[in-house]
Amino acid sequence: MAKRVGIEVSQAIAEAVKMANVDVVAAYPITPQTHIVEHLAQLVADGELDAAYIPVESEHSAMSACLGASAVGARTFTATAGQGLELMHEVLYVASSMRLPVVMTVANRALSAPLSVWCDHSDAMAIRDTGWIQIFAENGQEVIDEVLCAFRIAEDQRVLLPVIVYLDGFLLSHMIEPIYMPEQDEVDKFIPPYQHLLPLNPDKPVTMGAFAPPFIYSETKKAQEVNLTAAKEVILQCWDEFGNIFQRHYSPVDCYRAEDATVLLLTMGSFGETATVAIDKMRNECRNVGLVNLRLWRPFPFAEIRQAVSKAEVLIILDRALSFGGPAGPVCSEIKAALYNEDKKPKVISFVGGLGGRDITPDGFEQIINRGIEISQTGSKQEYEMYGVRE
Amino acid sequence: MEKNAIYIPRVVPRRIREKYAVQAPQLVTKEEYLASGHRFCIGCGEALAVRLACKALGRNSIIVSPTGCTEISTSLIPYTSWCLPWIHTLFENSAAVASGVEAGLKVMMRKGKRPAQDIDVIVMAGDGGTCDIGLQALSGALERGHNFLYICFDNEAYMNTGIQRSSATPFGASTTTSPAGKVSIGQVTWKKNMPAIVAAHDIPYVATASPSYPFDLMDKVAKGVATKGPAYIHILSVCPTGWRSATDLTVRIGSLAVETGIFPLYEIENGKYKLSLDLPQRRPVIDYLKLQGRLRHLSEETVKQIQQRVDKEYAKLMEKVA
Repeated sequence: MAKRVGIEVSQAIAEAVKMANVDVVAAYPITPQTHIVEHLAQLVADGELDAAYIPVESEHSAMSACLGASAVGARTFTATAGQGLELMHEVLYVASSMRLPVVMTVANRALSAPLSVWCDHSDAMAIRDTGWIQIFAENGQEVIDEVLCAFRIAEDQRVLLPVIVYLDGFLLSHMIEPIYMPEQDEVDKFIPPYQHLLPLNPDKPVTMGAFAPPFIYSETKKAQEVNLTAAKEVILQCWDEFGNIFQRHYSPVDCYRAEDATVLLLTMGSFGETATVAIDKMRNECRNVGLVNLRLWRPFPFAEIRQAVSKAEVLIILDRALSFGGPAGPVCSEIKAALYNEDKKPKVISFVGGLGGRDITPDGFEQIINRGIEISQTGSKQEYEMYGVRE
Repeated sequence: MEKNAIYIPRVVPRRIREKYAVQAPQLVTKEEYLASGHRFCIGCGEALAVRLACKALGRNSIIVSPTGCTEISTSLIPYTSWCLPWIHTLFENSAAVASGVEAGLKVMMRKGKRPAQDIDVIVMAGDGGTCDIGLQALSGALERGHNFLYICFDNEAYMNTGIQRSSATPFGASTTTSPAGKVSIGQVTWKKNMPAIVAAHDIPYVATASPSYPFDLMDKVAKGVATKGPAYIHILSVCPTGWRSATDLTVRIGSLAVETGIFPLYEIENGKYKLSLDLPQRRPVIDYLKLQGRLRHLSEETVKQIQQRVDKEYAKLMEKVA
């Protein structure tokens, strides 16, 4: 039976990656992700993890080395954050397009300038369309569980796509939490060995990464899109099985006291946990509010989102990133688009907050909900409002 | 078949063997790893060099290529010219991809996830992917000491995108982004000394080579992959399209680059310099310059300037060799 231990989430990630018995870790240090790769380096140095640890000279090379390792059939892991993720940008497309199931954790971090090492989701939003499966974790336990699921999902022969597990920088990465660490034999059973179908191999030469002229490029992209969309079924199956073994259950969208709520708040990442405190308080005051937390960011869970918000009158969406000059926060834009053709849909109100590590307390969530309700009745001159900003 | 199968025994001195260079197709292995039907330009020196290098490498090789002439000329969905396992991902990251390939193979063999096999990892890149955009990744891979061979096929500009200058473009060359004009001679900077930069990483093997000297090239490639740790070979690849030279003069121009001392052939083994081909007397650089449209516009004065620079650089090399 798994033991519950007090452990820093970053360190727990490294332990989970060790249990997944990865072959290659290629990484470059960047705050707030460093503790993950530092601990992995130590595990390799101590002989506890038999893996090649490639201390590359940039994040671009980190992901590039992962491509090479994955192409020879190695189970491959890296971690990054903020600027590092942006430097990887073009390489990320290649990993998904060449069907190389790399697993990565991203400790979300704001983007320069001004330089900020603290959390927001700007980094994740900028790589939204790279074709990776993307999962936002809400707490430390979930990070560990999703990292284990990530290997299984990525390497499933029906999927073969890279997976990112996002954890809020510092808020989760540096938190010491009580976490149920699984037993090695449970992990071995849950994650089967990775078998690349056609690795680089002199005995059976293959050409990887040939270029595509216009007559075939669209077809390759269509195939990739069909594949990513279809991956949702495998993700659901994986979470089901994970629930059966480990008794912790995950779904693309989490609802908290939302069934009969007329007003819903929607968040991603660690916001969700804090917001439940506000929801509980408001419920005690007989306010009819609930919370929706979006976990599966790509492939986007259209049906689950539509169902989760279908009965609400007001849906307040809090983004942790800006789309400069755009209609609203990026998450809000997507959810609005998902609901636009629905016959019955809530009024959608957009907020942006928590940029560059700015905290939002339970009181803050209450203020956002109250202001959201007010806007739903009186309207607002702005497309979205920024919470807690001094003007 | 033995790697680098050449039907002239290795004990025969290189200088004598190179006299038979014209018979090279009959004297080297018939095994082909780069299939015909590729789309290299007519008279391409790089195509010749890649083909010879592959013959020297043999079957147990994995090739990593960045974006560039070789990549676009040998791959196009659904076709491939590669009879060896080959991977292309991006422009600036080949050395990093190769790091992953090499480390991945090693660890998987150690863990019994792949059968133990002697597999060589080779990057085949252009000068842009090496001297400019890929320099950081290359430096990182060399410093980390991966066991791989990096071959730079230097055609002295971004040729497949339309002959734009790179840091490997020679002084005075007219390219589309360093055009000669009323107030410019063309490229105003001297060619980056890439082998010296690589050698500064203290890796065990560095060499220069030219497909005009096929046996020398194949020897060096075979030596490069046999080296434990990183090895680097810089191959001057004559480009009739970009150099505006006659397609039937590719081999000749390659020889002239060596005979003038512009591109001397040498090896650096564990820090020790060794000249591959003694030149009793160097030809004047004009012999090389005049055959190329990109350099034909140069004034006598500029040619003199180039001659002085070549003399100086050659003398520096001779000091290291001695």
